[in-house]
Amino acid sequence: MTPPPATVQAPGSGETFLLNLGPQHPATHGVLRLKLTMDGEYITRAEPVCGYVHRMHEKMGENRKYAQFLPNTSRIDYLSAMHYTHAFVGAVERALGLAVPPRAEYIRVITSELNRISSHLVWFGAFLLDLGGFTPLLYAFDDREQILDLLEAITGSRLTYCYYRFGGVCHDIDNAFLEGTRAFVARMRPRLRLYHELVTDNIILRNRLIGIGPIPLELCRRYGATGPVIRGSGAAYDVRKTEPYSVYPQFDFDVPVYPEGDSMARYRVRMDEIEQSLRIVEQALERLPSGPVRAEGVPRVLKLPAGEFCCAVEAARGRFAVRIVSDRREIPWRVKLRTPSFSNLSLFEEASRGMMLPDAIALLGSLDLVIPDIDR
Amino acid sequence: MSVSLPEPLRLFALLAGAMAFVGLNAAYLVWAERKAAGRFQRRPGPTEAGPAGLLQPVADVLKLISKQLMVPPGADAVLFRAAPVLVLVPAMICLAVIPFGERWVAREMPLGLLVLFAFGSIQVMAVMLGGWASRNKYAIISAARIVSQDVAYEIPMLLVMITLLMVTGTMDLGEIVRQQAGGFWRWHLFRLDANPLMPLTFVIYYICMLAETNRAPFDMAEAESELVAGAYTEYSGMGFGVFFMAEYANIVVGCATATVLFLGGWQSPIGVGSGPVWFLAKLYGLVFSVIWVRWTFPRTQFYGLLNLSWKILIPASLFILVLSGAALQLSGS
Amino acid sequence: MTPSPEQIARELASRFPPSPPADAPPPAAPALASTGGPAGATPAEGGAAEAGTVRMLDYARCGCHLEAHVQPAQVVAAAALMDQFGFALDTITGLDWLPAGRMEIVYDFFHPHATLRVAVRTRVPRDQPDVPTVSSIFPGANWHERETHDFFGIRFLGHPGLTPLLLPEEAAFHPLRKDFTG
Repeated sequence: MTPPPATVQAPGSGETFLLNLGPQHPATHGVLRLKLTMDGEYITRAEPVCGYVHRMHEKMGENRKYAQFLPNTSRIDYLSAMHYTHAFVGAVERALGLAVPPRAEYIRVITSELNRISSHLVWFGAFLLDLGGFTPLLYAFDDREQILDLLEAITGSRLTYCYYRFGGVCHDIDNAFLEGTRAFVARMRPRLRLYHELVTDNIILRNRLIGIGPIPLELCRRYGATGPVIRGSGAAYDVRKTEPYSVYPQFDFDVPVYPEGDSMARYRVRMDEIEQSLRIVEQALERLPSGPVRAEGVPRVLKLPAGEFCCAVEAARGRFAVRIVSDRREIPWRVKLRTPSFSNLSLFEEASRGMMLPDAIALLGSLDLVIPDIDR
Repeated sequence: MSVSLPEPLRLFALLAGAMAFVGLNAAYLVWAERKAAGRFQRRPGPTEAGPAGLLQPVADVLKLISKQLMVPPGADAVLFRAAPVLVLVPAMICLAVIPFGERWVAREMPLGLLVLFAFGSIQVMAVMLGGWASRNKYAIISAARIVSQDVAYEIPMLLVMITLLMVTGTMDLGEIVRQQAGGFWRWHLFRLDANPLMPLTFVIYYICMLAETNRAPFDMAEAESELVAGAYTEYSGMGFGVFFMAEYANIVVGCATATVLFLGGWQSPIGVGSGPVWFLAKLYGLVFSVIWVRWTFPRTQFYGLLNLSWKILIPASLFILVLSGAALQLSGS
Repeated sequence: MTPSPEQIARELASRFPPSPPADAPPPAAPALASTGGPAGATPAEGGAAEAGTVRMLDYARCGCHLEAHVQPAQVVAAAALMDQFGFALDTITGLDWLPAGRMEIVYDFFHPHATLRVAVRTRVPRDQPDVPTVSSIFPGANWHERETHDFFGIRFLGHPGLTPLLLPEEAAFHPLRKDFTG
């Protein structure tokens, strides 16, 4: 069953109609709207319309002290809150030259990677839902629940964590967390194998993903697509490797790369990343140093030196970067948030041209969008 | 039952029986499907209404009945209202000819098989009408899909039927079942002498049945992640409920047909103790497998669905037809 | 092949030299400003760096290797140069230096195969914030420019459709301007 090439010219009289996909639609996972110009079931033009959950986080950043804005960052991409707070505290720490205690850095890595796994599990379930497979979602959420419980115990939140602090983390982790994380790693490996057996090797899934929605590397570069999207197109671009932050250089992990650029490649990248994150968590647990978890003498109200400070992290969906412009006051002059879903979605219009509607849904799902991350 | 009642009473009993069966069947298949899906997904399914959630269907029906029936502005109101009825009635007529047991058949007909397929194909048209009358783009896309899906899958299904007809030599469903008496090796599914590919014939029938009843992985008409709810998008309340009932009634008709044609109907697999119990056991075993498939596989691509029919199923069923003819010629029957 | 920051800095400095004052002789060779601290300054002097300045930055401190200030008319050529070097467009954003009466547009680039971050900056007067679009070179700039137009009212000349992206369709305000009052 070979799918028709993505560039296939739609048959018919050339009469098109406008199909409004969203803002309320099961496949848009939130309030994204796609204005599709259709020729039959072929898409001749797809125009994403965003902004339905725009909250103007950047303006809020200009009205709050640094510590007050910190919780905002975890609300941008609610599925990958750890990474977002990490970028913000990272930028502030860079500006102040704060040295973070090693134990805190390790805890950050552990929690970040757990967060990445939970985010990928949500994607896995939701993506299969897009493809009409209902059951994997519940399995994925079962695993994710373990992570949420673990993180809830130490951070107090299940989703929008605000656990990192300028110069460390909020409080130390306990033995229950360490034990629970070890148990989770031991549990997750066989579960991943199960997913591969039940889902990845399924012939229907393969037919729906292989060769569908190809995104050439050049397209990724010109649109600034990052994360699993660019790694599924053949570039080993991972902020943890190319712009190392925290203690990531101390860990041995691979960056999964698949050159095909189709939806299957993006699927495989994320599944492999779960495995790599498990490896990182394992190593971090093994070598977890003792010591304080917060830098000494960080003032309650921070004043950054004048200048611009950037920090980028590898969030679950790709490169998230914070740019803080400070004028020595306790409130930033400007906070710019560069979010991965924004750039990843911007290539959809070009990538979906000439596709059939269900294929475009598969492509959209394989981009793993979180709408508040686009709209900010 | 087949002889005892005078004609008007018989008709009434048939209607009442079929309607009660369709309604109860739909309600409790929904419950069974939700329970089964729950188990597949490591959750308990409905538990709140009644013991083990057994009153859930009643609550569902009450909710659906109490809802307003909306007709979207600009829709073809007559067709829009007629479509659910047109979906349900053929399924009920089909049930009339299905022999649940030796004497458990509402109306035995010499051309029962023909009735099944004649009315069985109408329901797809009715769903298409509903989609078209809704004046909704998703529903219209869905209607277009249903037509091409129906055209693609009627053909291999009918080819399979011709193969089977050559084996049975009759369209009388009761007679077909009687031919299969005497143990499971006498079922048509295992009549390898008539056609060495008989199990494959059954598989083709099963796939076509899934496609005809719009069940996953071929639920192109509903395809909620693509088309919201497809042809049913604009239906509310019992309009939607009737479509739902019809879907389950059609699954039962499809599975009952398979039971009659391939699995020996009411005949016991060990040759003794035949009766309606066996029929129902086989029927609901098949229904369960349909549910199982739905909660296991993702949805196929639409062109994948058409490719499967035109490039694989139709050639394969043609081949089986020829092979079956040759085998019957050689064995001299 | 991935370029080094110095190489890019030299290339940027030679392509986009400071515009010489009318009476001064042109500089003999493009001067590289020494490795400096974080860019930017207080709002009063904000965006004061002359076009033509290329500065190597302390990456560990500010998360960026290099920044180049160019004339507004040169941003397309600068983007094309970054494209040649194989950079990807990270983001485009604005900065409102209200006390200095200017707005600055920052183009961030990252390299998909190297540890290399470059910011290209240009400044425009607040009362006439016009700058050419780079969306012909980086199609991804389309959305970033729409967003920057939403927030700052910076007009990207030649942009295919400068309609509000994140703000409501009829929005005629620019919330990140410092003189914006809700």
